[in-house]
Amino acid sequence: MTKTVTKHKASPEASLPKCATGIQGLDEITGGGLPKGRTALVCGGPGCGKTLMSIEFLVRGAMLHNEPGVFLAFEETAEELAQNVRSLGFDLDELVEKKKLAVDYIYIERSEIEETGEYDLEGLFIRLGHAIDSIGAKRVVLDTLETLFSGLSNVAILRSELRRLFRWLKEKGVTSIITAERGEGSLTRHGMEEYVSDCVLLLDHRVEGQITTRRLRVVKYRGSAHATNEFPFLIDEGGLSVLPITSLQLQHKASIKRVSSGVPALDAMLGGQGFFRGSSVMVSGTAGVGKTSLACHAADACCQRGERCLYFAFEESEAQQLRNMRSIGLDLEPWVKKGLLRFQVARPTVNGLEMHLGSIHKQVEAFQPHLVIVDPITSFLSSGTDAEATSMMVRLVDFLKSRQITAFLTSLNHAGSNVEQTNLMISSLIDTWLHLRDIELNGERNRGLYILKSRGMAHSNQIREFLLTEKGVQLTEVYLGPEGVLTGSSRLAQEATATATAVQRGMEIERKRGELARRQQGMEAQIAVLQWQFQTDKEEMEQDIANEQAYLEKLNQSRHEMARSRKADSNGLQASSKLQAPPKKGHK
Amino acid sequence: MTTQTKSDDLGVHAVKPKLWQLRLYVAGQSPKSVTAFANLKRLCEEHLAGEFEIEVIDLVENPRLAKEDQIVAIPTLVRHLPHPIRKIIGDLSDTERTLVGLQLRASNK
Repeated sequence: MTKTVTKHKASPEASLPKCATGIQGLDEITGGGLPKGRTALVCGGPGCGKTLMSIEFLVRGAMLHNEPGVFLAFEETAEELAQNVRSLGFDLDELVEKKKLAVDYIYIERSEIEETGEYDLEGLFIRLGHAIDSIGAKRVVLDTLETLFSGLSNVAILRSELRRLFRWLKEKGVTSIITAERGEGSLTRHGMEEYVSDCVLLLDHRVEGQITTRRLRVVKYRGSAHATNEFPFLIDEGGLSVLPITSLQLQHKASIKRVSSGVPALDAMLGGQGFFRGSSVMVSGTAGVGKTSLACHAADACCQRGERCLYFAFEESEAQQLRNMRSIGLDLEPWVKKGLLRFQVARPTVNGLEMHLGSIHKQVEAFQPHLVIVDPITSFLSSGTDAEATSMMVRLVDFLKSRQITAFLTSLNHAGSNVEQTNLMISSLIDTWLHLRDIELNGERNRGLYILKSRGMAHSNQIREFLLTEKGVQLTEVYLGPEGVLTGSSRLAQEATATATAVQRGMEIERKRGELARRQQGMEAQIAVLQWQFQTDKEEMEQDIANEQAYLEKLNQSRHEMARSRKADSNGLQASSKLQAPPKKGHK
Repeated sequence: MTTQTKSDDLGVHAVKPKLWQLRLYVAGQSPKSVTAFANLKRLCEEHLAGEFEIEVIDLVENPRLAKEDQIVAIPTLVRHLPHPIRKIIGDLSDTERTLVGLQLRASNK
């Protein structure tokens, strides 16, 4: 198969033109649709959706690609068929009226028929040819051709006629689907795969643990690359949709934009800005720790930004959830009314895992949310084995990441179990993991929150006490005492003690400050006194000095005068007068 | 629309409805169709002389008519009267089975 693939890879369009089915997802996994101008075989057990798939092929062809189609029904009348697909939103009568569709019912009742001698199926050819020509059909469905085997006994004629039929269809250039019932140990009961060798799709309908999952597999696609996995598919009011989610790869972008968690203190713990947009956030914890409340905060914050939030609730009904959140001061109802918040409520057992994934996929496609909350993911464990649930979660997270949708998952842990073990083994997928835990101390049960990990951002390593108040979730500091973290009343007691001590300390400081001030004042007063004394002394002394100087000057003056009067030698006079001056102080 | 064989040698009289109303669906002048018509003519003349009416419908010319009697195989002989409707497919070469099919003979084989 791989050989064929590589061989044709050079120019896939040139070598094999395809006919887009228009069925959601099918064209993706077949690389563009069914082989154009050829016949494809759709086989599977009863009730697996063969007829539906083929009729959708025609309806989509007529509506989306303007390619009219012919439906040759061997099992249902045109009226029955129209009735059956009306629930899927297909109006066959309208298409027939517009000449976009022709339905012919072929009925073969063996008991009415006697076979004598040679015959052929020219009648079938003529009817089909007429139907094709009357509306210029490009697509043909034969459902289920194998009915011929039960109506006609000459197998040799049948086989050669079938071979002729497929050749003829090819010559007509119509893209056709034939359906066939699955046989024991072979794809089809009557070996139809012998005739149709271009493309074979197998539909399956499996029940595991009372839960049914529909799957589709491309068994064979000659000359084209195709996905080989089994893909779950859904049949609902929008028709059939194949979910190519198993083929997602790790190629998603990484946003640097941040979004608030809705709890300011939590944002602060996450580097001050909250989660990364498009990241996967998980909140784990035992029952009743406040996972849902935290999720609702995130939803509220999302809606406040004007973004859409899709909330998958598997435990509570929408009304219950809205009521409960009101008790913590969170009114989500306006967001629901505004169309920003949508709840999808279902019991996890309603579907198989693949179907859950499928419906999430579909609803995300339809609603285009910015935030998806799954509350809780652990409920999926009840609809599958651990391994299946893990694989589903991987695909869910990958899918949301590829769309740059922030995923907020809650995970219910059982009391006493190991945190790392109980989270569906998806811890490696999670970017930001918050863990809520009960802290039991002094006959109280309190909640603590810490960040187990948060990729790509600085985050707090602190355990915070998690409080559900009337104003929503609040995170407070916790005390680390000798017995561990202190929460609840222990924390309050500790807080009171600390406050008292602080007050005491504060008073002490005040007292010391006062004393210091007083001392300073005293010191300053002393300095002032000293300064004043000094000033007085200084003034006194300066007065003395001035007096002395004045006396000296006077003395000198009188000496000069005396010398002048005695006519003494001026030099000797000067020297003697200077030497003798101080002792003569008293002679004034 | 329909091609009624009105040749006298077939014993067909359009005046009053016959007890046996047969319709033979063919596709053009294929050997099987020609054989079937010849076989039918012979058989009717032998067993239902004067009591039958044969309508030959060529689906190549009137493909729309195939729907009415749910024709898949060619040639197909449809007995419209007497009731109930019976269908015999093939070139009618097996006379015995054709008679059984037309309920002209009990299937005692």
